Amino acid sequence: MTAGSRELRVSALARIEGESALRIVLSDGQVSDVQLRIYEPPRFFEAFLRGRQHTEVSDITSRICGICPVAYQASAWQAIEAVCGAEPTEAITALRRLLYCGEWISSHALHIYLLHAPDFLGYPDVVSMARDHRAIVERGLRLKKTGNAVLEAIGGRAIHPVNTRVGGFYRAPTAAELIPLVEKLREALDDALATTAWVAGFEFPDVELDCDLLAVTRPAAYAIESGTVTSASGLTFPARNFSDHVAEHQVPHSTALHATFDGRLFLTGPLARYTISSALLSPVARQAAQTAGLRDTCRNPYRSIIVRAVETVYAITEALRIIHAYERPDPSFIPVPPAAGVGHGVSEAPRGLLYHRYEIDPAGRIESATIVPPTSQNQAAIEADLRGVAAAGLHLPDAELTAACERTIRNYDPCISCSAHFLKLTVDRR
Amino acid sequence: MADTERARPTLAVWKFASCDGCQLTLLDCEDELLDLADQVRISHFLEASSQVLPGPYDLSLVEGSITTAADSRRIREVRAQSKVLVTIGACATAGGIQALRNFGDVDEFRAAVYASPEYIETLATSTAIADHVPVDFELRGCPIDKGQLIELITAFLAGRKPNVPDTSVCTQCKRRGLTCVMVAHGTPCLGPVTHAGCGALCPAVGRGCYGCFGPMTGANLPALTRQLHECGMSDRAVDLVFSTFNAAAPGFARKDSGR
Repeated sequence: MTAGSRELRVSALARIEGESALRIVLSDGQVSDVQLRIYEPPRFFEAFLRGRQHTEVSDITSRICGICPVAYQASAWQAIEAVCGAEPTEAITALRRLLYCGEWISSHALHIYLLHAPDFLGYPDVVSMARDHRAIVERGLRLKKTGNAVLEAIGGRAIHPVNTRVGGFYRAPTAAELIPLVEKLREALDDALATTAWVAGFEFPDVELDCDLLAVTRPAAYAIESGTVTSASGLTFPARNFSDHVAEHQVPHSTALHATFDGRLFLTGPLARYTISSALLSPVARQAAQTAGLRDTCRNPYRSIIVRAVETVYAITEALRIIHAYERPDPSFIPVPPAAGVGHGVSEAPRGLLYHRYEIDPAGRIESATIVPPTSQNQAAIEADLRGVAAAGLHLPDAELTAACERTIRNYDPCISCSAHFLKLTVDRR
Repeated sequence: MADTERARPTLAVWKFASCDGCQLTLLDCEDELLDLADQVRISHFLEASSQVLPGPYDLSLVEGSITTAADSRRIREVRAQSKVLVTIGACATAGGIQALRNFGDVDEFRAAVYASPEYIETLATSTAIADHVPVDFELRGCPIDKGQLIELITAFLAGRKPNVPDTSVCTQCKRRGLTCVMVAHGTPCLGPVTHAGCGALCPAVGRGCYGCFGPMTGANLPALTRQLHECGMSDRAVDLVFSTFNAAAPGFARKDSGR
């Protein structure tokens, strides 16, 4: 070790979902290595999905992530229905979008209030934040609860919904059963607008990401449950071409695979969705974004908290719109007879694009499965951002620099549990 | 104030191989979370707080299964620091869905998922926490039920045994006044052998129970297996339905089933 060398380590990162650690090596006034280590033990979903029946897949894949199970169900339905030539009715599709809105509301409220805001206000957690800001924290919990109420009403359970299946739902709720959600969602809309104004008042470091962005898009709506893939650089392609553009490679320090988009660094998630599709937000969400000082695009990872708040507003307005126009799907599901082939599915998990691919035999048995979660797509971009933060903070004492790095990671709402195949902070100063 | 601070029992939440859904259930107690934080001192809960207070801990909630050599050492350290240790969810109580590796070839699994399998450290099995250290109580479910979690913590604070019945899903289904999906519609249902706790969520939407709370004590698997065949399920279909989140639980594992 030379006088100018040091190593910073955080062995277990807090306020993120799953297990990861950070290691940064600083040597002679330069950042020589940055590793976001995902040490979440591998769970081998893609291996044990082989041999399962096509009708079982979404119940199994939901177990990849307790925070975004609907995303893991939705991408699976889409891929399998594509193989089997089953096209769910508009009514089923609308009910799925409503369910997914519940997950966006719940997951975004969790990240904004419990995981991210404490960084801006200088608290270790939401409980200590509540000592000084009780009414604000209660507002966040109320929002989260409404998201869960939507998930429970449509999915039968907030975590790992039971009422969903390939083809649709076991039982579609009656219009009358959705009415109690309306009052909750109206209150949630006020809470989400207040949230947007609250987070807009935080202090944001002036940073801009210059990597490419990738999001699912739709022609006439902000994409959630399905769509085509679009990059900020202007490329659009269907889900089936995903692997032509996004390549995963393994790095020694992580159980997550790293990904590149056409060989380049890229990011998925709220910043990508907003930058590519902000014009398609609902008028209320667009106005909230404008009032919060967002332009048409946003590449500042700290400001992702505002984008999440705006997307929460959007998900609530969408949920209300879907409920007002609700026609109970009858039947509640369409048959999905087994067929041989390869199917692809993309949807927007709250933390980014989630791709599934399945190869199915004529009897409906899964022959191969590929799942590319948002966090493994984002890991390289997060590490690149960390490298910049570490380089700019070389003069800081270890504790401060480490805190800055941890904050950087939380900007991306990484979901490490999504280690279908999948990321530790240590800072070395040498 | 300082006295109250000392008097509050400490709570720790630990994660092993899992989806985070069971510890999220604690954060999903939106109405109770802040009051709970007045009653217990949350001393170690990485998903929710960057502040970690040293042990020992009065109550440890453990999520996830043991799948690495490092984790088999870590769970012993957790046990040593915990006065009461409760496992939460199917991963912690039975090894979880990732225990499907126990019936396969883990080296082949590793090679199927990773291009450079040599970087990946894993054990050949995914095992329940109780296989490694003594456990004081288990909460079942994939995920656990919020009501049962609150009952467990309330009982702990009151110094009594949690009221978590070890009966079948059928008992909860009957109390809800639901029509039996198997009797009325011939829909295959694992309710008769599955541990209660969810509140019969699946039959409520016309779906047969798929066993995410694992086997109840004294489940009659051979009798249910006959019934499942009567409902038209093949041997393979019966095998698959028991081979999910509690595949390695004694009771659901193939050797115990009479299949």
